[in-house]
Amino acid sequence: METNCFNYTYLIILIPFISFVILGLFGDYLKHKISGWLGTFSLFLVFILSYYTAYQYFFNVGKVEGVYQKFVGFNFVWLRFTESLHIDIGGLLDPISVMMLVVISTVSFMVHLYSIGYMHGERGFERYFSFLSLFSFSMLGLVLATNIFQMYIFWELVGVSSYLLIGFYYQRPSAVAASKKAFIVTRFADLGFLVGILILSITTGTFDYVTLTDPNGTAITQGSGIVFLGLSTLILVFMGGAGKSAMMPFHIWLPDAMEGPTPVSALIHAATMVVAGVYMVARLFPIFAISGTPGLEVVAYIGGITSLFAAIVACTQFDIKRVLAYSTLSQIGYMMLALGVSGYGGHEGLGFMASMFHLFTHAMFKALLFLGAGAIIHAVHSNYMYDMGGLRKYLPITHITFLIACLTIAGIPPLSGFFSKDEILVAAFHHNKFLFAVEYITAGLTAFYMFRLYYNVFWGKNVHYHHTPHEAPVTMTIPLIFLAIGSVFTGFIPFNKLVTSDGLPFEAHIEWGIAIPSILVGILGIIIATVLYKKETAIPDKIIGSIKIFHKWAYNKFYFDELYLFITQKIIFKRISEPVAWFDRHVVDGLQNWFAWLANTVSFNIRGFQSGQLQQYGWVFVSGALILVIIFSFYWYSINF
Amino acid sequence: MHITGAQIMFIIFSAVIIIFSILTVTSRRILRAATFLLFVLIATAGLYFMLNYQFLAAVQLALYAGGIIVLIIFSILLTSHISQKFEPISWKKSIFAALASVAGIIICLTTILNYNFKADSLAAIEIDMKIIGRSLLSYNKDGFVLPFEVISILLLAAMVASLVIAKKAKTKQQ
Amino acid sequence: MIQGIPLYYFLIVATIMFFVGVYGFLTRKNLITMLMSIELILNSVNINFVAFNRFLYPDTLHGHFFTLFIIAVAASEAAVAIAIIINIYRKFTNIDVEKVSEMKY
Repeated sequence: METNCFNYTYLIILIPFISFVILGLFGDYLKHKISGWLGTFSLFLVFILSYYTAYQYFFNVGKVEGVYQKFVGFNFVWLRFTESLHIDIGGLLDPISVMMLVVISTVSFMVHLYSIGYMHGERGFERYFSFLSLFSFSMLGLVLATNIFQMYIFWELVGVSSYLLIGFYYQRPSAVAASKKAFIVTRFADLGFLVGILILSITTGTFDYVTLTDPNGTAITQGSGIVFLGLSTLILVFMGGAGKSAMMPFHIWLPDAMEGPTPVSALIHAATMVVAGVYMVARLFPIFAISGTPGLEVVAYIGGITSLFAAIVACTQFDIKRVLAYSTLSQIGYMMLALGVSGYGGHEGLGFMASMFHLFTHAMFKALLFLGAGAIIHAVHSNYMYDMGGLRKYLPITHITFLIACLTIAGIPPLSGFFSKDEILVAAFHHNKFLFAVEYITAGLTAFYMFRLYYNVFWGKNVHYHHTPHEAPVTMTIPLIFLAIGSVFTGFIPFNKLVTSDGLPFEAHIEWGIAIPSILVGILGIIIATVLYKKETAIPDKIIGSIKIFHKWAYNKFYFDELYLFITQKIIFKRISEPVAWFDRHVVDGLQNWFAWLANTVSFNIRGFQSGQLQQYGWVFVSGALILVIIFSFYWYSINF
Repeated sequence: MHITGAQIMFIIFSAVIIIFSILTVTSRRILRAATFLLFVLIATAGLYFMLNYQFLAAVQLALYAGGIIVLIIFSILLTSHISQKFEPISWKKSIFAALASVAGIIICLTTILNYNFKADSLAAIEIDMKIIGRSLLSYNKDGFVLPFEVISILLLAAMVASLVIAKKAKTKQQ
Repeated sequence: MIQGIPLYYFLIVATIMFFVGVYGFLTRKNLITMLMSIELILNSVNINFVAFNRFLYPDTLHGHFFTLFIIAVAASEAAVAIAIIINIYRKFTNIDVEKVSEMKY
């Protein structure tokens, strides 16, 4: 841990911030084009810097004696409580943060570029770009955080920018409701995060990640002593992560968040912000793994259940963005599960590596899917797949890239999704057979719903369009192509050499005994989807008819929203809030009003004393004086005689 | 019991004071009331003379009997007719006021008479104008320069204030 | 004991004069007669001061000067009061205290 050649990294945070300030303050005075290109250019700088940093870190200076070290690029003390407990703002570079830099800068740059085309002519174009810059700034600050409190600050900033961007079309009530929902749900989860941070800092006496996650440090050895407190802390911290990453039961906000512009969904709700929870768990991984608490089990089961649940729901949705949203949920569930089944150090840390690997590849192909969906929506002006069909003729580039992305997510070799998913499956197999089975089913479902989407959009019935759909402009297709290339080739990055739980590289092989069945499951899903949806047939409806109730449940997302509404409105609002409100309105306010009424009445009644009659006052004065004389004389007598 | 001249004078002055003060507050003609007040003040000056405070008595005569009474009479002439008689005071009111006054007199007198005032046997100082003048302008012990100055300011302020108050309000001209 | 007159006599006279003044203040309606009652009260207090000074502390002049200052204050008070009374008379065309009750609640 030393300050060194990475001290330029503050620019990575600073540049988007400056861009945000400029666009936010002076956006109205800039031309559309200039503001768009300004935002994009700033992200381009960040992109270059991040890749340079990654190169430097991974291949030049990051490794000391074969172990990747943690570097503090820059740091200053922002708020000091005690000698050891202080809140800093800084930049911490280690394998996962550098990897996240690459992911964020790549996707953010692509989304900026794409948005120039996608948002062309929208009202609030500059506002959009300033929010995007704000988001990039906060997200980069989040991943570079040197301490848990800095992470929390940027965590909330990310939440705010997500809120702003979901509610970008603030004229639409549904967008406003979605942004509120996202904000409130994540905020509620962040409450747990904050409490967890506080407990963690009390028990360990530090916020600093380097001290906190040192495997031999006092933080972990002490934390393991207090099992219960440690567990509750980890679960509380994980609650924040689950909120941000939309894990069950906090997943309800993410599908609604698709009300935002599609590039925003690609950036925030697919590639970067929603994996913040994963990143956070990875960041605190040594504590989770070594402290000996069952925190990781919780992470694993929540991840597994979410991934299965989301995959089932995704099979039934018609809004293409919602399908992708549930797909995102499912994939993040994978990552969480991978973290949950991992151990610390060496080959035990396979799950950790797999999770990060999947995070990386998922960012590429999910951003690609969303951007592709954006291109489709841009062409068709509808979100629903029953409005689409046969688009392969009109949108060739989108078609190809989308197909690549679908194959990637289905786990077909040699595309990147295959490698990362395979590592996860291997890690799960060695740790927990039940979750392994869940993941198998999910993998098949994933292939199925993605190709259901693909066939419904690009094949299927020939829909008559009002105006012929046309391919997106070049600013939109370049990101598609770039991300498609990324999706194809990122699988060959040797993550086991680069991003590991303890910084040491280890050997990992593809276990064909697990990989081949997973490929077969994927292909099976694709074949089923092909049969059902390539041509318009009546089979899907028949199948739906045979599992009517189940389909209805899945279509309505297993009534989670209704459950939440029931709990909040029927139980919390009605049973708790309303009586409290009644108490406040009638007892607390009533008491105040009663005092006011009393003062008013009394003063109204006694105002007659102030009659203006001088002699009345004189009377009162004289009699009062006489009474005082009498009292004092008696007093005087009583003490003298 | 031999009655001295001083005692006779005291009785006369006290009688004048008591009788004319009662007349002052009961007389139904205002100008007469003012005149009775004048007699009371003069008798008070007489008491001061008896107590050997000649200067005070002179001030009492000049300021009270001379100045204030004249002022009062002026204002009476300005505000009421000479021949005007007041309505008789209401029976109830006068009874209650008299009761209060009598009660006050009884309370105060019992208190006073039950208290044993110890006369100081120190020799009385001879009061002449020189001592008075020096005391008024002295800032040593027993000097009164501060109240003297305060009173002078108060008098000035009262003069200005009475002018301002009694002056006719200017009618606003457009 | 000056010339065979005890202090109490002066005090009795002053007390009676004081309460006569109080009676006048409470009964009279005319503002000027009320002012005259107040003058009576002031004078009775003056007599008290002077008598105490002469009988109890003959070696000092405090009561004497206090009386002097009270006379000065009374003079200024009378001047201001009469100015006010004249002003009231201008406004209400009478100086009946019961009719001058604008300053109630």
